[in-house]
Amino acid sequence: MSFPKDFPRTQQYESPAGAGHGGEGRMPERLVLKRKTLAEGPLRQIPDQAPSASCTGQHYALDQRRAPLFSALEAYRKRRIVAFDVPGHKQGRGNPELTDFLGERCLSVDVNSMKPLDNLIHPISVIRDAQALAADAFGADHAFFMVNGTSGAVQAMVCSTVRSGETIIMPRNVHRSAINALILSGALPVYVDPGIDEELGIPLGMSREAVEAAILAHPEAKAVLVNNPTYYGVCADLKSIIEMAHAHGMKVLVDEAHGTHFYFGKGLPPAAMHLGADMAAVSLHKTGGSLTQSSLLLSSAAVDANYVAQVINLSQTTSASYLLMSSLDISRRNLALFGESIYERVVELADYGRRELELIGGYLPFSSKFCDGDAFFAFDRSKLSVHTRQLGLSGLEVYDILRDEYSIQIEFGDLGNILAVLSVGDRAAALERLLSALNEIKRRHPGREASELPSEYIEPCPRISPREAFYADKESVRLEDSLGRVAAEFVMCYPPGIPIVAPGEEINDEILNYIDSARRHGASMTGPRDHSLEYIDVLSEATLRAKPSKLSGSGYRL
Amino acid sequence: MKELWFSEYHSPNVRFDFRIKRELYSGESEYQHIHIFDSYEFGRVLVLDGCVMVTERDEFIYHEMLVHVPMSVHPDVKRVLVIGAGDGGTLKQLCRYPDIEAIDLVEIDGDVIDVCREFLPHLASSFDDPRVAIHITDGLRFVRHCQDAYDLILVDSTDPFGPGEGLFTREFFGNCYHALEADGILVNQHESPYYRSDAREVRKAHANTREIFEIQRLYQAHIPTYPSGHWLFGFMSKHYHPLDDFEAQRFLNRELVCDYYNPELHRGAFALPSYVQRLLNEDDDDESEV
Repeated sequence: MSFPKDFPRTQQYESPAGAGHGGEGRMPERLVLKRKTLAEGPLRQIPDQAPSASCTGQHYALDQRRAPLFSALEAYRKRRIVAFDVPGHKQGRGNPELTDFLGERCLSVDVNSMKPLDNLIHPISVIRDAQALAADAFGADHAFFMVNGTSGAVQAMVCSTVRSGETIIMPRNVHRSAINALILSGALPVYVDPGIDEELGIPLGMSREAVEAAILAHPEAKAVLVNNPTYYGVCADLKSIIEMAHAHGMKVLVDEAHGTHFYFGKGLPPAAMHLGADMAAVSLHKTGGSLTQSSLLLSSAAVDANYVAQVINLSQTTSASYLLMSSLDISRRNLALFGESIYERVVELADYGRRELELIGGYLPFSSKFCDGDAFFAFDRSKLSVHTRQLGLSGLEVYDILRDEYSIQIEFGDLGNILAVLSVGDRAAALERLLSALNEIKRRHPGREASELPSEYIEPCPRISPREAFYADKESVRLEDSLGRVAAEFVMCYPPGIPIVAPGEEINDEILNYIDSARRHGASMTGPRDHSLEYIDVLSEATLRAKPSKLSGSGYRL
Repeated sequence: MKELWFSEYHSPNVRFDFRIKRELYSGESEYQHIHIFDSYEFGRVLVLDGCVMVTERDEFIYHEMLVHVPMSVHPDVKRVLVIGAGDGGTLKQLCRYPDIEAIDLVEIDGDVIDVCREFLPHLASSFDDPRVAIHITDGLRFVRHCQDAYDLILVDSTDPFGPGEGLFTREFFGNCYHALEADGILVNQHESPYYRSDAREVRKAHANTREIFEIQRLYQAHIPTYPSGHWLFGFMSKHYHPLDDFEAQRFLNRELVCDYYNPELHRGAFALPSYVQRLLNEDDDDESEV
């Protein structure tokens, strides 16, 4: 017996003789038990007393039971305002198919900025208060609601810190959004080898020594960007990196897209803002429960918040979605009030998953025992990252089998690993399905010998800034003819998910050999316009002649 | 005097109502709402999450068909695994067979067992049988750790939503296959083919088992308090065929008195209506229709 998802979740005793059902004579009392839906558990009860401290010992200055933006939207809905403003669907009436699909409630609060609901561009009331509560909950001085994802937050973070021609130190395996930020800002990257775990075939979190060397070699750098944790849950020694950078007058920006839970969970690696980072981009939607595309940018007192707001407004929409923003407000409240127990449960589930996988055998779950005290300083135990190559299957194969044959969608699979994300929404029953399916896959797919993974790091040879390369005249040449040319596009190699070449960098022998060998080992190449990578976009000869190594003075090695 | 009625949605547009004398128990376990009602027509009724699971009056149909069909096919059942079945009805039928040596009962929700022991004592009479071991855990988890351990697995689950969700999946059936002996049989409750959304679950469960077991057949029974009244069971087997290896005499020799099951019915139950046959052969890809 299956029922539509929108059936009320809790049981209801419904009396048709009651209000709204009169006029049908004497009715028997009717006990209607409505079916529970897929969503489980009742709404959490907001406590009577304001919590004074978070689990991480962070003291809340504000009453985290409040959700001012959510409350304002509720009040708006209840007033049944007649809309002669945009959006044109007018609380859903103008688009019945969409309203049927998403639900009347959802459409009724998909509204535009108005006085009682504040405005994200220049927040002065409920959005300002909601952002202040978020800053308080995350231990930051300022929090900005972002509606263009954490990509938007990373770009705002970089663009508000380094300007055109200034230098920023970052790991080579940064997210695409950070490189795009370089194109927007015109800043020059100094890449640091993140280090690779040879057994797992994954990039790590930069060693202290490598960061220090970059800082000493580039004292002019304005900032260090750290990706913490990585997708796989690998954390760097963020505390030491922050200390080193600050000692040299550099800001520390942290791409914390996969680390929302660090701010609330116990026994997890420390969160960036708690360690003194200057800014952090936090994907509340990834593990915190807000809607996709909503995110937070956090900043400390060392950063000019008004300037950050200006930079954000350069590219962010002037019609920010109240669905996204209210989801941030509600999720923040939820995490501030209940985050500790929520993530305790998540870690418990993940630990259970690792124990069971070890019983099944063949799967190698990542755990703290891989930590080396440096580039793999800590592991995020809430992530179920699993190495599959001992099984003789690539992570990609396991990823596909899980989806196609078992209707289980995991976050990703690469040549050697899979990642199952556990978050606020997870249930033991779902994890049992994943574990049972992995058990079946092991039984049904006898493995084959795993080949060795490519793992050496290629030192990049930057010639011009990513921004100049992006806007320059380009031409497409055969890969084997590209030796000595300057790339105009990325070539990423999975695994380990590190760019082999980035826009503005010279293509040398080492790069061509690496691509050749990685391909033969079954790695996949992404990035270039030509998916087969027979051709690669490079700068035209004319462009290079017009820009004779003008970057040599800015600390670029040529 | 006011009348009190119980309603259950059998489809979004169909409700099944029966009059109740009183509510005997209402509680919420870790997994679901549990209710026991005393009704005029069906006696005591166990309701989980608003769905009728078992009634005193018609439980015999379900439990006899779940147990006696495979027991009359497999000639030598010694070890049985029962998944779900917290009401005890399946155990009661199984325990009528003296040659069964051991029964593992796996129920995720211990509260269901406790409530049924108290309010449905006639049904829950075999929990204390010395051959029975009760395991309060997830069925999916339990079966994952078993290998060549059982002659018969009975899956007496709730519906594919809620706690029983995992018990209709391919990974579950695959692990069950592994947990069975080389000639083992699995029988599960297979939902109703009638209402559209239920029919989709039947088709999905059927597709999930088809590729795993050597022999796979569905059979049916008429159960008045279940949606549409037309209910299916899945018979999955590594070796024995439900009709070719069925020996009526074996059942008759046991001299078990049954209210629903008999050898003639055994053969007839495997004859499915045409629309059900078509349903099972439909393409699984067509998920978009509502």
